Amino acid sequence: MDFFTIIQLGDASVRMAIPLLLACLAGLFSERAGIFDIGLEGKMLAAAFLSAAVSYTSGSVWVGLLAGIGISVILSIIHGIASITFRGNQLISGVAINFFAAGLTVVIAQGWFAQGGRTPSLPKDARFNGLNFPGAVSRMRDKMQASPGMQFYSEFVSGHSILVYLGILAVPLSWWILYHTRFGLRLRAVGEAPEAVDTAGISVVRLRFSAVIICGILCGIAGAYLSTAVQAGFTKDMTANRGFIALAALIFAKWRPWYALGACLLFGLFFAIDIRFSNIQLQVIWIMALLLSCASGLTTYAVRREKIDVIVLGGLSFVLAGVAFVAWFATASTEGISIFAALWETVKVPSQLIQSLPYLFVVIVLAGFVGKAIPPRAGGQPYVKER
Amino acid sequence: MNDMSPAIELVGISKAFGPVQANKDISIRVMPGTIHGIIGENGAGKSTLMSILYGFYKADAGEIYIAGQKIQIPDSQAAIAAGIGMVFQHFKLVQNFSVLENVVLGAEDGALLRPSLAKARKQLKTLAEEYELHVDPDAIIEDLGVGMQQRVEILKALYRHADILILDEPTGVLTPPEADQLFRILGRLKTEGKTIILITHKLREIMDITDTVSVMRRGEMDSTVRTSMTNPADLAERMVGRKVLLRVDKTLAKPKQVVIEVRDLNITDEKGVHRLKGVSFNVRAGEILGIAGVSGNGQSELLEVLGGYGKATGEILMNGVPLDLTGAHSDGQSRRARGIAHVPEDRQHDGLIMDFSASENTAFGYHHDPEYQRNTLLMDNAAILRDAQGKMERFDVRPLNPLLSAKNFSGGNQQKIVVAREIERDPDLLLVGQPTRGVDIGAIEFIHQQIVALRDAGKAILLVSVELDEILGLSDRIAVMFDGQIMGERLPENTNEKELGLLMAGVTDGEAA
Repeated sequence: MDFFTIIQLGDASVRMAIPLLLACLAGLFSERAGIFDIGLEGKMLAAAFLSAAVSYTSGSVWVGLLAGIGISVILSIIHGIASITFRGNQLISGVAINFFAAGLTVVIAQGWFAQGGRTPSLPKDARFNGLNFPGAVSRMRDKMQASPGMQFYSEFVSGHSILVYLGILAVPLSWWILYHTRFGLRLRAVGEAPEAVDTAGISVVRLRFSAVIICGILCGIAGAYLSTAVQAGFTKDMTANRGFIALAALIFAKWRPWYALGACLLFGLFFAIDIRFSNIQLQVIWIMALLLSCASGLTTYAVRREKIDVIVLGGLSFVLAGVAFVAWFATASTEGISIFAALWETVKVPSQLIQSLPYLFVVIVLAGFVGKAIPPRAGGQPYVKER
Repeated sequence: MNDMSPAIELVGISKAFGPVQANKDISIRVMPGTIHGIIGENGAGKSTLMSILYGFYKADAGEIYIAGQKIQIPDSQAAIAAGIGMVFQHFKLVQNFSVLENVVLGAEDGALLRPSLAKARKQLKTLAEEYELHVDPDAIIEDLGVGMQQRVEILKALYRHADILILDEPTGVLTPPEADQLFRILGRLKTEGKTIILITHKLREIMDITDTVSVMRRGEMDSTVRTSMTNPADLAERMVGRKVLLRVDKTLAKPKQVVIEVRDLNITDEKGVHRLKGVSFNVRAGEILGIAGVSGNGQSELLEVLGGYGKATGEILMNGVPLDLTGAHSDGQSRRARGIAHVPEDRQHDGLIMDFSASENTAFGYHHDPEYQRNTLLMDNAAILRDAQGKMERFDVRPLNPLLSAKNFSGGNQQKIVVAREIERDPDLLLVGQPTRGVDIGAIEFIHQQIVALRDAGKAILLVSVELDEILGLSDRIAVMFDGQIMGERLPENTNEKELGLLMAGVTDGEAA
């Protein structure tokens, strides 16, 4: 792998990490205030659709972005009313928003544009385009021939849409708000001990609503980014469960902004691998080593855990080991060579496996594989004043 | 002092929750610079009254005057502005925040934190010197002991310039030395001119530090008297509305054979913390062994292992036969089969299923018994109901309605349901954890009598309680636990609260004696 490929991989990682990062920070604000939000996915999807649709009709991507943020904030407020005002179940409300968005975006898209549930392809003016920094080369041929420093500057630093820079900037901003402002102190407090906030004479309801609205704004940007920057238009289910991956990243990040950046870049890397190397060739022995070490790692971890983890993780490692051996023997029989010779044979890694990497990692994160994460103490519980 | 206007005056406060009249036409005057006690049973309306004063509830009728000015308190913000500070029974602190952050929360000076924190740090230093309330401002709350956490609550109120401090059951979680220290602080606050309202059900505290005391009963103000003009027996009678025995009436124990023998019991929890360290003791038939200690020193873990839902190493012999301690073959069911009954510490989580009816709750754990089965498939609900009715009558559970769900009973009656279920099975050993936590005086008396009656029937009883009065009153022998160890054993007639308090605080056996 040469330097430019690595730069390209990093570039793609950032590109793919941004929607995750924005959604993850959205979840961070909401969950730090004690409102679990499983509806990140639905809000992103709704925002992706509406911003694409409005960008197309109005011709201005900024109007589209505003529309996306608008619908996402409206859905957030609905979630807030259900879970804060009426003290409903936060999971159910979130799931409802996801279904609502998944169904309605396609139906409305079909009604408005009659193109099979998608929006028309957005013209260049109705999209967020890459910003070229001064001095950066933009043509691929120039990039290939540039010096490593120039390659890094032109490919990795320059050339992203403004939303990417906005997303990166959102990390220090979130950190600063959370840890250096009065609002942040109160927000963190209300997710840990709403009764402390309440007795201090601060409105729990108002604080939680502001958190939920911030969550809506960030989700809106994330959705708009997908349909107006990454792709040129809305397609059915285009968020591809990124809202849920963002939640996993949030747990991985232990509800902290800088960690969230790291977690999302990691998930972004998996997506990037899928995009850049859909055609990976590996020797069978390496595939086996990789899969079997994953399997044994999972098993040694699982046996020390409770019954449910043993079953889930043990099952997973069993499947991994099975895949390893199937790959081995299948290679031997299709090539018509001996079992041992097959070990050195080079085969193509199925693209489905690569595609499933980020999702597989989600399972591992959620199984508590990566350290213990302590969620905000009052998370998920509606606040009821006690007598 | 009579020519001054009172610090607080409540006139004709009434508050109803649906059909329940929590406060009926209550009037109180508290003079500035005094400590005023409010005493009453659970459900007497003390907490409701204070919640009204702190803006949690709006009174249906009545007026509030602070320093002679009539004011409205629609929310906590208004209460704070009026100079009222409240220290709740369950602290309202953010566990993973520092002391400084907790003090500042809600009383910040501007949108940015840094100046507020700097100012609070300076202020805390002054307050610490003025009132001897020393706390490390950078300590994280969850690392502090309860006594320290309570100080933070007091500091929070003082930082908000409270002139009136309300403390709700402040000593419930403190060791006797910590409680003494709290009282010294309260005395200091009083001399600085602060007005203190102390809500408690402990008569001794009222007698020790208050200047005046109000007794509440069933939502009404029974009487307000000078503390110097009354005595504990008189106050108890006013609280309950009839004469009560403050001491448990019992004869000398006649211990017989050893029922349970615990040898070198060790427990390490999932986090690797050593919870029990080589605990050994025994309990004989016909005696009550009381285990004293501040909560969190291993008593809960001990009860869990004995009750069958915890793991330990060591040895426990029940009637000479070892019990399984690995957790693999033991649960509450198998322990009950061996003659161990358990009244858990936390009745609402471990003792009852709150949404289920009283009758179902009286059968739980014993629901496989033949008397509850109609045939191999069906349970005999009529028999369960009949049985529950009988138990509830014998244990005076009110209201006497076996179909009512457990959550609708008061704390004392919930506890009676649990005690009835466990005692009526005639166990060889009864484990009792905090039998009277959150239970009112009348029910305490009754539950204590039942425990003593079981002892007199020749059963062994292991009592775990954080209430020293209860331990001293009920036990025939007292063991004190601290940090997972038994610090020493005493006979109740040969010891006193001071000595037990020292043992509870970790002072070793020789030094305490």
